[in-house]
Formats: sequence, C-alpha cells, structure tokens
Amino acid sequence: MRKNALFYLCLIYYLVAALLVPGFFSANNSWSLIFNLLPLLIAAIGQMYVILTGGIDLSATAIMATSSVVGGYIMSSDYGLNIPLSPLVLVVGVAAMLAIGMLIGLINGLSVSILGMPAFMVTLATMIFFNGLAVWITGSQNIYNLPEAFNNLFYTSVLWLPIPIWIGAIVLLLGFFILNKTVLGQWIYAVGMNGKTARVSGIHVGATTVFAYVFSGFCVSMAAILYTSRLETASPVMGQNILLDIIGAVIIGGSSLYGGKGKIHMTTLGAVFIILLDNSLNLMGLSYFMIMIIKGAVIVSAVLLNEWKQKSTV
Amino acid sequence: MFLEIQRVTKNFGDVSVLKDINLALKKGTILGLVGENGAGKSTLMNILGGIHQPSSGKIIFEDKSFTPTSPSDSLRAGISLVHQELNLFYNLSINENLHITGFPHKKVGGLSILDQKTARIKTERLLSAVGLDIDPTAIVGDLSSAQKQLVEIAKALSTSPRLIIFDEPKTSLTKYEADNLFRLIQELKSQQTTIIYISHNLDDVIQLGDQISVLRDGVLVNTYNREDKIGTSQLINDMIGRELNHFYPIRNTKPEEETIFQTNGIYAKGLLNDITFELKKKEVLGLYGLVGAGRSEMVRALYGLDALDGGSISWKNEEVLHPTPANWVRKKVALLTEDRGEDGLLPDDTMEKNIALASLPTYSKNPGSIVNWRELKKNILKTVQATKIKYHSLTDQSVKLLSGGNQQKVILSKWLLTEPELLIIDEPTRGIDIGAKYDIYDLINKLVENGMSVLMVSSEIEELIGMCDRILVMKQGTISNEFKKQDFNRSAILEAALHTSE
Repeated sequence: MRKNALFYLCLIYYLVAALLVPGFFSANNSWSLIFNLLPLLIAAIGQMYVILTGGIDLSATAIMATSSVVGGYIMSSDYGLNIPLSPLVLVVGVAAMLAIGMLIGLINGLSVSILGMPAFMVTLATMIFFNGLAVWITGSQNIYNLPEAFNNLFYTSVLWLPIPIWIGAIVLLLGFFILNKTVLGQWIYAVGMNGKTARVSGIHVGATTVFAYVFSGFCVSMAAILYTSRLETASPVMGQNILLDIIGAVIIGGSSLYGGKGKIHMTTLGAVFIILLDNSLNLMGLSYFMIMIIKGAVIVSAVLLNEWKQKSTV
Repeated sequence: MFLEIQRVTKNFGDVSVLKDINLALKKGTILGLVGENGAGKSTLMNILGGIHQPSSGKIIFEDKSFTPTSPSDSLRAGISLVHQELNLFYNLSINENLHITGFPHKKVGGLSILDQKTARIKTERLLSAVGLDIDPTAIVGDLSSAQKQLVEIAKALSTSPRLIIFDEPKTSLTKYEADNLFRLIQELKSQQTTIIYISHNLDDVIQLGDQISVLRDGVLVNTYNREDKIGTSQLINDMIGRELNHFYPIRNTKPEEETIFQTNGIYAKGLLNDITFELKKKEVLGLYGLVGAGRSEMVRALYGLDALDGGSISWKNEEVLHPTPANWVRKKVALLTEDRGEDGLLPDDTMEKNIALASLPTYSKNPGSIVNWRELKKNILKTVQATKIKYHSLTDQSVKLLSGGNQQKVILSKWLLTEPELLIIDEPTRGIDIGAKYDIYDLINKLVENGMSVLMVSSEIEELIGMCDRILVMKQGTISNEFKKQDFNRSAILEAALHTSE
C-alpha cells in the first residue's frame, strides 16, 4: 500500500478534480494535461539522474532558455543562417539545441567530479551565467518565425499519436533502460549511495557523475524543444518558473536528496501530481501566486515525508 | 581512594570490549595502562571521559558515584583527556582552541563581550607549562604535529583537572619535547594531580607508573606496583597471554616460487617511507603494526585510494603505471578495506546489489549495455553459499540490518565474485563473532589452495601467526622487520612493532 500511495493519491486527486472542478474533465483539458506533463516529465527524469548521484542540477531551466535561444537563432527565418532546405534547418536546429544542453551538462559534471566543487554551487553559477547569457544575446527579445514544421510538432501525428508523446515515451524508456538494465545505471545508484564504496569497488565515479549531468542537460534540452515548439517562440526566459516543479517532481516521487534512492515510475507520478495540482488550481481561478504558495507547501511536505521515512527505516 | 572502577563491563552490540574491570587509584599517583590494539584501553578511557557509558558496573570518583553522560560532564567533574587523535580546530588559533569550551567574558556597558586579555594571559601560562614557546594567536593548522600535540595537552590542562588521561601523548614528539612532557607530568603529580598514562612504549610506562595495569581482550589481567620492579618482557607476556590454540584451519599448500606482486621504494610524504616487498603466488603475507604505523595507509595507497609520491608497483612482472581501483579490479586484485561502513558497503542497498557491485562490467559488454542479471544472480548465489552468509533475502533486505560478521561476508562475497588472484584484506575479522571468523579463515585457505594470494593486514598478532606464511612488521611508515614462518613468535613480533629506535 505504502509503495503505491502516490499512485492512489494521483488517482483520487484526478477523480475529485474531475467531479468538482469545472472544465477539468474534458477532451481539451486532457490534451492540455498531457502536453504540459511531457516536458516537465522529461526534465524531471534528467534531474533525477543527477539527484541519484547525490547532486542537484539548478541550471536546468537556464539550460532550457539557452537551448531555446540557440535553436531560435538557427531556425528562425528572421536570422542569418538561411539554411535553404527546411528539413535540414530542422535537423541542425534540434541537434544544436541538444548539443548546447549536453555541453552545459558537461561543464556542470566536470566541475563537480574533477574539480570537486559542490553541485549546488556549480549549477547555481551555471544557472545565473546562462540565464544572463540567454537574455543578453537576445537583448531580452523573443525569437519568432520558426519553421512551420517545427511549430506543428504537437499537431503532427506519427502512428496515431502526436510526436511529443513519442518523444516523451522514448525519453522515459531510455531513462528507465539505462537506470535499470545497464551497468551505468547500477553505478549511478552506487555512486549516490556511497561514493567511497563505489570507488573502492572499481567504479569510475567521476565518469558516472559526468554522465548524469550530461543526461540531465540532454533531457532539459528535449523539454526546451517541446516548449519552444508549443509556444512557436524561442524565449530567453523559458522555464524560469518551473525549476521547483522539476525538482519537486523528483522529490514528491520519493527520491532521496542524499542520493542513491529513486525510481523512474515514481518520478513520473511526481510529475503527474504536480501537473494535476497546477492544472486544477488554474481552472479554479486561483492566482498564479496562490498556486506557487500551494505548490511550495506540497513540495516541502514531500521533503519532510522523505526525511521521516529515512529516519524510520534506520 | 581517588578513583575506583568497580566491575565495569562494556558491550557494543554482541561484542563485549570490557569485562568486569576493577581498578583503584590513589590521589596524586600515576597509572600506566598497557595492552594490545583493541584490548579495550581506549574504551575504558572513553568511559571515564563521558564518551561511552558502561553497560554495567560503577565508578566512584572522589568518593561520589560518577556517571557522566557526555564529555562535558567529565570535564566539569575534573577529568581531562589528551586524545591520541588530536581534537583541535585547525582553522582557529591556539588561544581560541584553548578556550573553545568557555571563553572568558567581561561586561562593557551592560553588554557581555569576550575578554581577550584574560584569555591571552591564561593561554600564555598554559603554553609555558607545556614548554611551547609560540605566539598564542598562531593558527593551529600551521603548527608542526609535535606542537599540535603540545597544544592538545595545554588544552587538557586549561580546565585545571584533577585527573588527566594521556593516550599515546608522545608519538610525534622529539626527544627534547618528550623529556619536557615527562617533567610536566612529574610536576602535575607533585601538585596532587592524578594521571593515567596509556602507551605502547613500555619503557615509558615503567619509568612513569606508580602502578601499571595490563588489559587483554577487555579483561584486566594484572596490576603491578612500582615496588614489583617488573620488566618489559613480563608486560609483553601479560599483553599476549593465552596460548595459540588450534583455532586456525590448516592450509594444504605452500607458496610457489613465482612472484606476482612487488613494490619498490613506495613513498608517500609524511606517511610511508621506502616500502619494498614482494608477494608470491599462493602466499598469505601478513602485515602487522601498531595503530598509526601506516598499515592501512600503505594498502590504500597501493590500491590507488590515496596519493603516492614515489616508488613503483609491479603486478605479474609488469609495472603498474596507474594504480587506480578500477585498474586493479580489472587485473583481479581486490581490496577489502578496514571500515565496512565507510567504504565497504552500500548500507541501504540489498545483498544482491552489494555483491554485484565490483563485477558488473564482467557481466556486460560495456557500461552502456545490458547487465546479464541471470548469469550474475546464479553466481551470486554460489558465492553466498561459499561464504556461508546467514540472510533472509538477497533482494529485499538492506545489508545494514545484517550482523557485523555477515556484513563482512557480504563484502568478501563481492570480491570473490570478481575471482581475484590477489586479495588484500585489511582487518579481516575486526568486530565479528567467532563463528564468522572461522568461516572467513577457512574460506581464505580454500581460495589460496586454488591459486589465490593474500596480503592480510591485521592488528591481531595471533590471527597473522595462525594464517600467514610470512609476516612483515611496519613501524613509523616503513617495514622494519620480516618474520618467516619458522621464526613466528608473538613476543618477538610485538617487540619489533613496539620498539622505538630513539
């Protein structure tokens, strides 16, 4: 029962909201739920990798903004790259978005593992740096006129389902596969559980840590692709308010902030819960700030609950 | 009587480290306390220091029952400890360290502020008492280790204690400073301060002690008075005591001629000096030394866990240029470290995950590909049967809930699964029960018979004599003696480890 508590919580919340919140249980809102969930879920999976190693990635949303802006510059017809063939510009743009995210992840990972700096400090610094950079190079302007095909990502279906759902499913499966089936996944858990034991046991602790940050960068850029497409705009302030949602999804999913403990399906439920909360409170007409207060309280409760669980199992 | 310890027993879990200790001490006398590593000296002192509480028995201090529950209780009662490991704040000055528990205050306009002048005067007085001529504002981290030790002693004096306990106080002192320390101890004694002096240096203990007590395996085996005029050999006999019984299983093979592991002039600044030795195939090589001799430091450095500043290591006649744990695991060399919780276990994880940890790459093509758990689980099960672990579930029980002996077997299983050709094992049986001990010895013998070599680090001489083909003795970061099997002799080995050249 305790294992499935979050699942039932989501289910009950969904049912209650469906009954009580006008407009919640509709086709329109259901799509909106799914489309809001996908980027958050993808980013949370990346974040979870980092948290599993005992770190944290505060730069997630800064990566999102930088990646969005880079993609915008490459793909927008307002700017100079002028790659003639539309499919090629898409490929280059998307590849560049992923590459910049992974590059920032690499900087984070190397600073933490090789320079031995605290993850909190490193990613706080890269967060501030790349947030600033994104705003500075764009002069705080959004970038419009992205390719039609890119903007239509959410309205293009492959095998009966919109492309973003496939992207979400692939990242989810990839995240699950690496963590549960490969050596690397076992190493990630071990590094977070007890880095010293991992080292003595011949594990490449540094490389494992770097991988987690690069993977987080990859996931966050994936999320940036979805957001940018949905907004049809590349924005230098993209995702500024969802950092807590990303980390919150992982924590509500029961991952330990000390590392070594956490499951993909639980993080998925954590993301679902945050989206349900966000969406229903919105429909109830609560102000943005009120919603922030409630979400903050929920996440703090989840941290408390985790701490309590940790202590009771010792 | 000034201090009376009556029937004090201390258990840590199932292991009893002090058994029924009785000890009485007159005011203004010096008690010398000796015993092997792990005999219980430090535990006894920690009880007086309020760090541990006795499981049973009582202590009478100055005619009152004494039951400290924290170090500050003991300090207030008038007992000071000079610890073997220094308890100083390296980032603070000498002055601040000496007043860390209570800086003098003064009132300025109704506001209570630190009284720097009074503090400084007191610090200067304490420093001159220990013979340390140095500026009180010097940062402790910048001092030499001898100076730090003297600051630690000054700190113990700062509360004007009536009982001072010294635990190996002169390990890093020079001859001159040590003489100074002894003068100070005599002076304290003449001022009616009572002193307990713990040391491995038996000559010092005999020179200082009005009374000398010997601990062995948590039991107080003998107490002598100055009038008994006993010598070091008597003390060594008491420390070792029991006969070596037939507890150790017989191994049916002898070391082969082939050298598989060799070090040449290993050097690490301040820790290890010119360590050269070789290890044969199917040999069990023992490494003995007292606490602080550098045993664990050496094996950790060899395995690439701590830095080496020079020297070379070769494995199967090839120089190992990058000794890192990952490379050693690949070469089938395993290290079982001394501290299970620190870097041996994933305490919150299951037995299966713990045991699989070092072998994962062997069961997949590369780190990114799928682990062959079916094969892995099969072999884990085999290993667990060989190590005779008692457990409920491989996949549903975190290893921190296992007993010490079973935890050690889990780590051993982890390494056996890698099929090592050399097993370096640091304190193989520390803190584990007798049954598990035997299982581990027996298993090591079987593995050696099948071709493995072992480097066994231990602070128990008996264990080494019972298991090894050859024993090296380390002292002050270097190998000082080598004993062949036919020359194994407990007193000789202990003496080799104790004796200081100064």
